[in-house]
Amino acid sequence: MDDLDFEGYTCPVPIRRTDTVILGHGSGGTLSRDLLNRLFLPELGKAAPRALDDSAVVTIDGQRYALTTDSHVVSPLFFPGGDIGRLAICGTVNDLAMVGAQPVALTCGFVLEEGLSFDLLQHVVASMKAAAQEAGIFIAAGDTKVVQKGGADQLFINTSGMGKIPEGVNISGANAKEGDVIIVSGTIGDHGIAVLSAREGLGFETTLESDVAPLNHLIQAMIEAGEIHVLRDPTRGGLATSLVEISEQSNVTIELNEQSLPFKPAVKAACEMLGFDPLYVANEGKLVAFVKESDAHKVLDVMKKAKYGEDAAVVGRVIGTGKSQVRLKTAIGGTRLVDMLPGEMLPRIC
Amino acid sequence: MCLGIPGKIAEIYEKDSLKMAKVDFGGIAKEACLAYTPEAEVGQYALIHVGFAISLMDEEEAQETLKLIQEMVDLEDEIPR
Amino acid sequence: MKYLDEYRDPIKVKTLLREIESAVTKNWVIMEICGGQTHAFLHNGLDAMLPPQIELVHGPGCPVCVTPLEQIDRALAIASHPDVIFTSYGDMLRVPGSSKDLFAVRAQGGDVRIVYSPLEAVQIAEANPDKQVVFFAIGFETTAPANAMAVLQAKNKNIKNFSVLVSHVRVPPAMEAILGSKTNRVQGFLAAGHVCAVMGFHEYPPIAEKYRVPIVVTGFEPIDLLNGLLAAVKQLESGQAVAENQYQRAVKFEGNESAQRTIRSVFQSTDRKWRGIGVIPQSGWGLSPEFQEFDAERRFDVENIFTQESSLCIAGEILQGLKKPPQCPAFGKQCTQQSPLGAPMVSAEGACAAYYRYHREAIYG
Repeated sequence: MDDLDFEGYTCPVPIRRTDTVILGHGSGGTLSRDLLNRLFLPELGKAAPRALDDSAVVTIDGQRYALTTDSHVVSPLFFPGGDIGRLAICGTVNDLAMVGAQPVALTCGFVLEEGLSFDLLQHVVASMKAAAQEAGIFIAAGDTKVVQKGGADQLFINTSGMGKIPEGVNISGANAKEGDVIIVSGTIGDHGIAVLSAREGLGFETTLESDVAPLNHLIQAMIEAGEIHVLRDPTRGGLATSLVEISEQSNVTIELNEQSLPFKPAVKAACEMLGFDPLYVANEGKLVAFVKESDAHKVLDVMKKAKYGEDAAVVGRVIGTGKSQVRLKTAIGGTRLVDMLPGEMLPRIC
Repeated sequence: MCLGIPGKIAEIYEKDSLKMAKVDFGGIAKEACLAYTPEAEVGQYALIHVGFAISLMDEEEAQETLKLIQEMVDLEDEIPR
Repeated sequence: MKYLDEYRDPIKVKTLLREIESAVTKNWVIMEICGGQTHAFLHNGLDAMLPPQIELVHGPGCPVCVTPLEQIDRALAIASHPDVIFTSYGDMLRVPGSSKDLFAVRAQGGDVRIVYSPLEAVQIAEANPDKQVVFFAIGFETTAPANAMAVLQAKNKNIKNFSVLVSHVRVPPAMEAILGSKTNRVQGFLAAGHVCAVMGFHEYPPIAEKYRVPIVVTGFEPIDLLNGLLAAVKQLESGQAVAENQYQRAVKFEGNESAQRTIRSVFQSTDRKWRGIGVIPQSGWGLSPEFQEFDAERRFDVENIFTQESSLCIAGEILQGLKKPPQCPAFGKQCTQQSPLGAPMVSAEGACAAYYRYHREAIYG
């Protein structure tokens, strides 16, 4: 055969930056961060290391308060194990608790699409009430807007929250220390896969449910048991993204142990089938904690006895400072790096 | 080009004149087309790629492969280092 | 999971690694063809555990990476039509065409949907009779039977609003192109296990003989990869050059004959352009005359799309194993996962993406 010309390969014009918002900007990966850094932070905020924590900390007359906001646009609205209402309350309660605050009150803003059924709305609100009661917080204020058909995907909810940080509690993504033991409160990837199972086309049958839950009581017990340096709830972008962010905020090297990561069989199976990495799948009722080495045992014990911490496990440690990196020791004894995803995870055929 | 994973055939039925199956992957179940493995039976394992069974897993061969390697492992244990 | 977990046993992995170590006496360059195998090596950190005499190079076995630029541009043009529902496998959505990707088309209002199985695309066509539904039928031989069935179903059910944009490629011609090139360094192949599950491996003995290269059908789990590698090394060390099967639980010599029959009926052999490499004659499949009515290229008059290329991405050299991603001047700088220059960086299976995600630090410190 004629010798093929392997010189002079050509490639398309690079797609560097988009000038419009794409779905990937919402997935919590590097695209999301890019959006934040290019558009929002320069105008609206200071990019202090703490800016990447789950809540902001504001000091008024010597008392520290945590403040946070979140918008919930999940589809479908009702998924196995939960719904957008429970998600909204728990998400914000957890964001407050992740900086060591005791959540006090939330606000709720609703954007309703014209034509939304009252019945559906009632279910969502009842779910929010139950979640608020479980967390021990109250809804202080609210707002409702209605948009024309097509202006929203049935229902969007925004929640803001406020909490009080007790004296002596210093929890932040920037506080990781060498030797810290990394503990997750339970199985990873449940929420993302549960929601996916209900999607058209990509869906599948499973008894797996979302893990959506308020974690403030669990965190309270943990803080009383030992010295906690970092807390994060690994939502969009999953555990991997949270760990990469923390490694950057604290400038530390983290080593994860693949063998000790707890997964439900359904999550593993779904990820194998779609070609997903479960480390990047969202969780809504889990936390990852960096605990002072000498307190790790006690904290783990307390977690396992608490609600929502029964399957807690040690998954890694901070092995160095001065360089931000997350490395994973694979189950067969190899090593690989863990980085952030650029955007959405896509099912692959390859 | 090859994301194919093994799943257990739990149920077989017809849909749109195609032989289909409910395949169990151990915690999740999804529909797959058996048009290319018409001899498949409930309880067998099939290799599923983009919703199609492209081959049936050969249990004997699978065991044989693992056995051969286990022999290598055992041999290593016997040799003093 | 059965048939997966047993092939990830760390004890057996270590034993196989030691076997390979004791078998090698010289340096060998071995290519694994399948993007899934590249991913598996790097995801498990297995490539770095191999003895230094083995140089593992990554072949053009990622259908997402090798889909020619023209096809992407055609897909983008079709997907931008207001009356079209464009359906595709997930990993194609981020591949850059000349000026954008399918995600951008969706952002601009195009109806672009991810499907898991091509049969879903046919269902979408049935459910939306007033729209044209187009399915992006890419892939190697592994995916051809599924793609073919979608076309067959459409024909049998007389669905008029369904068409496919075909970009199928085949492994054996690519292997021959690589082996026949003046700059070839590959001495042994790990053949793609799932391609062979469909096609069997009867096409390989003549290639092994003609080029004196061992070809070992290999699976995707750590133990499968090492088994394949060990067999290839043993052949190389003993001067053998035959096609052999190390994925016996899923692959038979003759492959899946009913799948092959359907492929022969729905598709016919064509020349195909491989992105970054060029045209390899008779290396792909297009629709056969009986099914031409389902060809989206004709239905949408996109045959004359011209593409504009830039020269920084060395995808071609990477895809043939001549260079490793870190040797590309753009790797990690102009070309990253966030802003990919070429498909090997975009696709989760592409060599560049795999290197970027798993080993960047090892290279840059």
